[in-house]
Amino acid sequence: MELLVSDARLGSGSSWLLGHAVAVFTFLYLPIAVLILYSFNGEGVGGFPPHHLTLDWYRTLFADGPIWDSVLNSLQVALAAMVISLTFGVPAALALERAQFPGKVLFRRLVLLPLILPGIITGLSLQMLFNVMGTRFSLLTVVLGHGTALISVATTEVFAGLQKLDRAQEEASLDLGANYWQTFWRITVPNLKLPIIGAALLIFTLSMDEIAVSFFLMGRNNTLPLEIWGRLRRGITPEINAVSSIIFVFSLVAIVFWYRLRARGESTT
Amino acid sequence: MFSRAYKTAVTLPPLLWVTVFLLIPYLLMFCYSFWSVSASQTIVHSWNLDNYGQLLRVDVYWQTLLRSMWIAARVTVFSLVLGYPLAYFLSFYAGKKKDLLYQLVIIPLWVSYLVRAYAWKTILGSDGVLNTMLQYVHLTKHPLEFLLYSPFAVVLTLTHIYTPFAFLPIYAALEHIPRNLVEASHDLGATPGQTFWKVILPLSIPGVVAGATFAFVLSLGDFLAPLLLGGPSGIMISNIVVSLFGAAYNWPLGAAISFCMLLLVVILLVFSERLEKKWSFS
Amino acid sequence: MTLLSIRNVAKQFGKNVVLRDISLDVAEGEFLTILGESGSGKTTLLRIIAGFETASAGEVWMGEERLDCQPPYRRRVNTVFQHYALFPHLTVEQNVAYGLRVAKRPEAEIASRVSEALEKVKMSAHAKSKPSKISGGQQQRIALARALVNRPRLLLLDEPLSALDANLRRQMQVELKSLQREVGISFIFVTHDQEEAMVMSDRIGLLRSGELEQVATPREIYGRPATAYAAQFIGHTNLLKGDVRGGMVRCGLLTWPAALPDGPALFSLRPENIRLAPETSEPGTVRVRGRVRHQAFHGATELIRVECGDGMVLVVRTPGSGGALDDVELEFSAPDAVPVRESPERI
Repeated sequence: MELLVSDARLGSGSSWLLGHAVAVFTFLYLPIAVLILYSFNGEGVGGFPPHHLTLDWYRTLFADGPIWDSVLNSLQVALAAMVISLTFGVPAALALERAQFPGKVLFRRLVLLPLILPGIITGLSLQMLFNVMGTRFSLLTVVLGHGTALISVATTEVFAGLQKLDRAQEEASLDLGANYWQTFWRITVPNLKLPIIGAALLIFTLSMDEIAVSFFLMGRNNTLPLEIWGRLRRGITPEINAVSSIIFVFSLVAIVFWYRLRARGESTT
Repeated sequence: MFSRAYKTAVTLPPLLWVTVFLLIPYLLMFCYSFWSVSASQTIVHSWNLDNYGQLLRVDVYWQTLLRSMWIAARVTVFSLVLGYPLAYFLSFYAGKKKDLLYQLVIIPLWVSYLVRAYAWKTILGSDGVLNTMLQYVHLTKHPLEFLLYSPFAVVLTLTHIYTPFAFLPIYAALEHIPRNLVEASHDLGATPGQTFWKVILPLSIPGVVAGATFAFVLSLGDFLAPLLLGGPSGIMISNIVVSLFGAAYNWPLGAAISFCMLLLVVILLVFSERLEKKWSFS
Repeated sequence: MTLLSIRNVAKQFGKNVVLRDISLDVAEGEFLTILGESGSGKTTLLRIIAGFETASAGEVWMGEERLDCQPPYRRRVNTVFQHYALFPHLTVEQNVAYGLRVAKRPEAEIASRVSEALEKVKMSAHAKSKPSKISGGQQQRIALARALVNRPRLLLLDEPLSALDANLRRQMQVELKSLQREVGISFIFVTHDQEEAMVMSDRIGLLRSGELEQVATPREIYGRPATAYAAQFIGHTNLLKGDVRGGMVRCGLLTWPAALPDGPALFSLRPENIRLAPETSEPGTVRVRGRVRHQAFHGATELIRVECGDGMVLVVRTPGSGGALDDVELEFSAPDAVPVRESPERI
């Protein structure tokens, strides 16, 4: 039974709850709505009410070279980071779920730490490392930073997926004559398809938005958030509203897709 | 169950990567915190506790830390106040719309942080949407200055960012509560209100602790919102660290502060984990 | 004295009709079992009485008051849930005291009533334990104590024994029955296990696809089933199709007297009412010859399937003495073939 009390009895308590829920949703979405609205405002950001709705700012945006360069950079970084995070995050999840080894607790904490630690600490410590190693800062260092920080996302998603996996399937595979490697590729990995795709999507989205780590590891080339950030220091223009609105739409699509994937994963178990 | 070779192949690569790119950098930062910077802007590798001493003695550092913790505390409280009833509503009253509403809550979570912080900046400024609107409807004559470049703006923005973070574990904990417990409570004579205080709330505490921890730790270490919206009165500890690695060039001191933050976070995590375990009953 | 009166209660979920026109009176102090397969609507009926569902039509009255208008926390009805629903964050003692605490009874009264209730279910030693630390059977007793301590006028039990293993189950059946006698309040017990229903109940209400097939004492339901379904659901039976003409039934090669109107008729004949026929039969018994197809050893008795020609197969229960049987001659008394109504398929 979904409802606490049947429909006939929604009393004062629950209508207060409903009001609260509406208020919170308004709080969460209003700034974004305002942002999108003002991306069409002819007179720039601020001023009420918005007059003179126009697509000018979007036109400016599309003609803006540096922005598109930074988009390209971000895409490259995100894809590379995705590869790194998955390459190391998936085995990490397997190791944590299946193997016993000395230092396992430390390993688990270390892997999950970047998730909750302020991004600048991870960024700074990596900057120190690259300094000591004498590495030149570039998109590569950004990739290494994102990839490392986001391993935790891959590990968490895959770990959850592993726990849902029925061990009996793998045992059946071994029983039927497949060895460990074959079982891994034929049974384990296909069952992890959905968590892996979900993790990939999440890592990609997070990397596209990442600032804290990128801030300290970037070279001459900007990622999109850093490019926007740079603009912000010089002043606000609705062009930024425009690019933000577009980012919002993309994130929206990505997350809804991710959620559907996950829901599909849950329903097949 | 799996062979040694398989286990080694699976464990070794991530172990190595994490050691090189996580463990060693953190250790490096730890080491840096004991060194100092000379007048000619070079790092002197002499081991001392000066930096930590500075942290305690110099006003601006520990005051900022305290202010950051105060901001983080307020953000945590507001996030819980906003997030808990929302989670409760979704879990117990939303019926068929539960799934859709859940998606609506997590969407802002993943939409660019920068976008959202920027949105608030455009709203709260003296020429911003809110001020001009208030003047337009003649509620105010002059722009309200405190809205932007103040701790208020930082708390508001961070609450906006981290309320969904607080919501998630609370919602998960509430969903975990078997519905027949709620029915049993009603059956035994407790009204929905009494049922909430005696059954639902106690069983949801691990979720509340997790949500509060996320909100607190993440807002404590935040550097973007204070930079965009905090102004001079809204500076937080992370901004100081960033400047020490930038214009104020004092890496060892920055490392010391960073390491303290790391320690604080780890302690909070351990503490909250203990608390969650204590209050978990299933 | 009628305690609870269920009047024309119906329930549907969307297009799915779960209960149709249920009317039933529950007497004071009676142990009534609602018996039915899964999907029959028995749990829904219980939940309507408890207050967790509202009926789509009809009323439920307790004494002079209408029950179904009240929320569950105001009804003098308590429930023992199928999976016990003990509060994991409270001790056994606190669980049992819950209803009393909520009603703000004085502490001294709570303490004495709780210890009395725990003694009644023999769980006093576990008062300070948490539910996760005690076994399933013990949890079930606590669920019982928690409900009974509130002295409800009616106790509802939703398949409370289904999670227990067979031996524990039998033991609990006896204990529950004697407990009910002791406290003297009405119990409405829901189960799909017909043996359980027969052992424990004063009356059984057989529910099929949302309608009550028959409401009667166990003996009545067993000896005089009203419908084919009732006859088959409770115990084993043989269903014989026959044609009545002028007071005589013709069923294949068999014939016996029956005071029924002319036309097709259905009879229920219990396996234990069929015997291996002696040399000569008493007048009024029906003899039939057949070949044994299958013999199943059941300890004290044997169940044999006998093919009797014309496609008729009879299941016979005999004392488990004989060895292997082959061709046999069977007999039964005409009155033991009980006429039953057809049970049409319900959509």
